[in-house]
Amino acid sequence: FLAGFGSLMQDVLWCFSQVKGTIDAGVTESDIISTVEFNHTGELLATGDKGGRVVIFQREQESKNQPHRRGEYNVYSTFQSHEPEFDYLKSLEIEEKINKIRWLPQQNAAYFLLSTNDKTVKLWKVSERDKRPEGYNLKDEDGRLRDPSMITVLRVPVLRPMDLMVEATPRRVFANAHTYHINSISVNSDYETYMSADDLRINLWNFEITNQSFNIVDIKPANMEELTEVITAAEFHPHHCNTFVYSSSKGTIRLCDMRTAALCDRHAKFFEEPEDPSNRSFFSEIISSISDVKFSHSGRYIMTRDYLTVKVWDLNMENRPIETYQVHDYLRSKLCSLYENDCIFDKFECVWNGSDSVIMTGSYNNFFRMFDRNTKRDVTLEASRENSKPRAILKPRKVCVGGKRRKDEISVDSLDFSKKILHTAWHPSENIIAVAATNNLYIFQDKVN
Amino acid sequence: MFVRGLKRKCFDGEEDIEGTLAGIKAIPSYNLQRQSLLDMSLVKLQLCHMLVEPNLCRSVLIANTVRQIQEEMTQDGTWQMINTQSTGQASLDRLVSTDILCRSSRDQAEGKHVPAYGTFNKDFESDQAQDSSETMSTASSVQAPRNLQSNVWEMESPQENKGNFQKSLDQIFETLENKSPNSVEDLFSEVDNSYYDLDTMLTGMMSNTKMGHCDSLETFSSPTNTASNSNCKSDLNDLDHIVEILVES
Repeated sequence: FLAGFGSLMQDVLWCFSQVKGTIDAGVTESDIISTVEFNHTGELLATGDKGGRVVIFQREQESKNQPHRRGEYNVYSTFQSHEPEFDYLKSLEIEEKINKIRWLPQQNAAYFLLSTNDKTVKLWKVSERDKRPEGYNLKDEDGRLRDPSMITVLRVPVLRPMDLMVEATPRRVFANAHTYHINSISVNSDYETYMSADDLRINLWNFEITNQSFNIVDIKPANMEELTEVITAAEFHPHHCNTFVYSSSKGTIRLCDMRTAALCDRHAKFFEEPEDPSNRSFFSEIISSISDVKFSHSGRYIMTRDYLTVKVWDLNMENRPIETYQVHDYLRSKLCSLYENDCIFDKFECVWNGSDSVIMTGSYNNFFRMFDRNTKRDVTLEASRENSKPRAILKPRKVCVGGKRRKDEISVDSLDFSKKILHTAWHPSENIIAVAATNNLYIFQDKVN
Repeated sequence: MFVRGLKRKCFDGEEDIEGTLAGIKAIPSYNLQRQSLLDMSLVKLQLCHMLVEPNLCRSVLIANTVRQIQEEMTQDGTWQMINTQSTGQASLDRLVSTDILCRSSRDQAEGKHVPAYGTFNKDFESDQAQDSSETMSTASSVQAPRNLQSNVWEMESPQENKGNFQKSLDQIFETLENKSPNSVEDLFSEVDNSYYDLDTMLTGMMSNTKMGHCDSLETFSSPTNTASNSNCKSDLNDLDHIVEILVES
């Protein structure tokens, strides 16, 4: 056991497990992964891409014969969720890119998920078919109608086994409720409602009703010229179905209680950290804009991601976060260049592990970072084809910020800003993570001893 | 502010930064950087993605940055200087200087002694306190309390020798309803105008913002008589575009 190798976080060593996607040097834009999400059991892993497709992977049953292959994820279903549309009124295209996927908890044999692009949310049912009825009276085996006068005998159709087929059908389409671009969807803990949030409004839906939604937050000013702040992310509390939070481009988080009023324009709690005057610059506001907000599984904390940091907030303390983690502070001196090439507007997501003890978020150069909240240790890992040998242990990476660069370190100026890890997911109960690197999906697991 | 005649030697290449900067006052460098940032931001706001609606969050953040710079420039008095100086080649040079701005940032990372925004802000605060009374009076005389959102000012005196970027900025923030109507708007006169508000302006999709885009680029070379020309040009372009869509559908 060599010290310095592997990630020394509670003795977890992360290993490469699988990678999905093509290895071609040229990336087709439509293949870029735009969202990743495990379902509630971790059995399924869904990805959405810029081309409007959803790919669902299913974990294979662990076999005693091959214990080291700890349940690999294989393609289970692929379907086209959204198509490009054209808004004739505004002369604008509506992208088919899948912004978010959220799973519903499983209540029967079928799986349900919500997928959304900028304007329309869809509820998809994914179900298996492994039997098919045979012996119809009115149709023959090819499906052609039989001449009724030729039928002399009646029979009862029987179900016969067939090759497993996984079907995805759109069960609900929730459209025409958002003027602005949808950035978040969140399933409520009552499993009957969900919310969709765009730049200025949040709507509450009932899964059964597609032609109506309730507007619960509206921050659009009467005069659009006065617009200075937008909604960037929103999520329901994991247990309290009346509570949700939404974050803003000014670095604030508002917690709202739907019991107080139909329109939750007045927050119940307001989370904001006072600005550090020594770090003030023209870019201060931009880098304070929150790109993602996530409740912990316990419901006690929220985590927010802004451009340079991840913060953990206690719901009971509004005036500052309880923990702040630097993701890539070496970029602070590069903000002007990052503003020029628009990278400063990249929206990184963040995730909790199953026990809320470790948090993870992405960075540039295909790096992603994990922070252990208990030991306060952190690690930088890389999703790359070079580290893609089966069960190869990931070596921690380090960015050199100045002075002498050690052999394994990479200097800030060598970072590839086109390789950004915006979307990651953590299995709900195990140390399995999915990392989206442009058009490739990497799956890493902890080492099996 | 980039005064013509000042040698640009100090910003070219990274070798001599330390030496030459020591000999040059800190203040012009900060003004240059700030001006470059302003120009870059305006270009970002005006570059419209022709087909897809750009990101509202990004537009709002950039607009807030512009507002911040503008407020600071109003406070320290450089705003009025921008407005009264002749619009000519200097504007083009200001656009070029965005490269200078970012090169300076790189130098910072390498440990060279190029001050960051933060430190300069501190230096300025003390100056601002002293100058504020002066700048306030001069500012108002040049119609400079540049409330970004005030399009009333623009309506009252649409002269071409106002600051170029101020004009383009106002065009970005004006709503379609308040602008002088053109044939495009007549076509859609029955349509609910709430569609044509700030978000679409920021997206640059509506004709007036397109006009603003062309307008600001053209006024860099000839500030006086471009308004009507660009009106006609962009009107024709938009008409063609709309006819295309109507024919296709």
